[in-house]
Amino acid sequence: MSTELPEPASKIELKPGVGGGGEIPSFDITLRVRRFLPEATADAYWEDFKLTMYGTDRVLDALHKVKWEHDGSLSFRRSCAHGVCGSDAMRINGRNRLACKTLLKDLDTSKPITVEAIKGLPLEKDLIVDMEPFFQSYREIMPFLISKGHEPTKERYQSAEDHAKFDDTTKCILCAACTSSCPVFWTDGQYFGPAAIVNAHRFIFDSRDDAGDMRLEILNDKEGVWRCRTTFNCSEACPRGIQVTKAIAEVKQAILARTV
Amino acid sequence: MSVSIPAPRSQRIDPKYKRGPKSHGSFEKLAWLFMRLSGVVLIVLIFGHLFTNLMVGEGISGISFGFVAGKWAALVWRVWDLVLLWLAMLHGANGVRTIINDYAEKHATRAWLKGILYVATIFIIVLGSLVIFTFDPCVTGSELAQCL
Repeated sequence: MSTELPEPASKIELKPGVGGGGEIPSFDITLRVRRFLPEATADAYWEDFKLTMYGTDRVLDALHKVKWEHDGSLSFRRSCAHGVCGSDAMRINGRNRLACKTLLKDLDTSKPITVEAIKGLPLEKDLIVDMEPFFQSYREIMPFLISKGHEPTKERYQSAEDHAKFDDTTKCILCAACTSSCPVFWTDGQYFGPAAIVNAHRFIFDSRDDAGDMRLEILNDKEGVWRCRTTFNCSEACPRGIQVTKAIAEVKQAILARTV
Repeated sequence: MSVSIPAPRSQRIDPKYKRGPKSHGSFEKLAWLFMRLSGVVLIVLIFGHLFTNLMVGEGISGISFGFVAGKWAALVWRVWDLVLLWLAMLHGANGVRTIINDYAEKHATRAWLKGILYVATIFIIVLGSLVIFTFDPCVTGSELAQCL
């Protein structure tokens, strides 16, 4: 009994070379990864991997290739792999980026591509850092709706204009690319950091929230918004394109407007 | 070879990141505001100072003891220079204070550097103010008109 299926009726004969995407270009890269294996060595070191990658590949695909085909001990975080979960923020060629949103073809493939863990947080292994100090600052600014008065029977209404005030800061995915690119945070890790301020901004300027004053008071601290030196590293690092430095400036102005 | 590595943790923070008690008052806010306001005033004061000293009249070659004495005979220039001294010193000292806060990693280093900074700042402000308030153009052998 033959299992051959008839040709679909919709099949169209194409001349060779017409249609399709053509072959995806491939190229050789050197991936230079900052390794740290606490069970083996005391210090971190650079390790090079020579890989053949394709024009559609991202840095995350290169890391997968290393882990799955070259060295299974390489450790890094990633979850959704599509720029939404914020797990794979890392320093790529010295800049904080999401590995899943950085195409290899956009980097200079003639030179080694350096990949290291984000700075300023305790290094645990290879590209994995302890995110706890980052989330502690996030928790301190109370990132949840605090509403006084009666609970509405349906939803809490908000005009489009009121929403526009904080729309930009709702985009944060807590990847820590901003906070770990901030030179003030690198010094001693005491600064609240851009991510905490961005998430405070999201509620401070929300017309439905009633705890804006409490959050402003928390950030009117010697380690709060006044430590921002407007170096714009955070705005440059944000994979969601949030105008982080602008948000911090708006929080500064809100503190001044309420309590000069 | 086996090294025990602590179990994955939550609610546990490296002590380095533990933030001290919340700062009371609004010193950092006022310092931030002072930097901006004094900066604007200093632009006027500094360029006014440079213009009258270097551009008007004989220019830079006319600066001498007598030139300063003549300038400080007018109250407006004494006030001008006093405000310039205080604002420039406090603006500069606060700028260096924030740089020390940003770059010194140890508490002891930070305390020492800031201590030296504060002593130097106070010394210069006091010395400068003393000169402006007690300035006497009639030193021995002065040939200025008001001393003869």
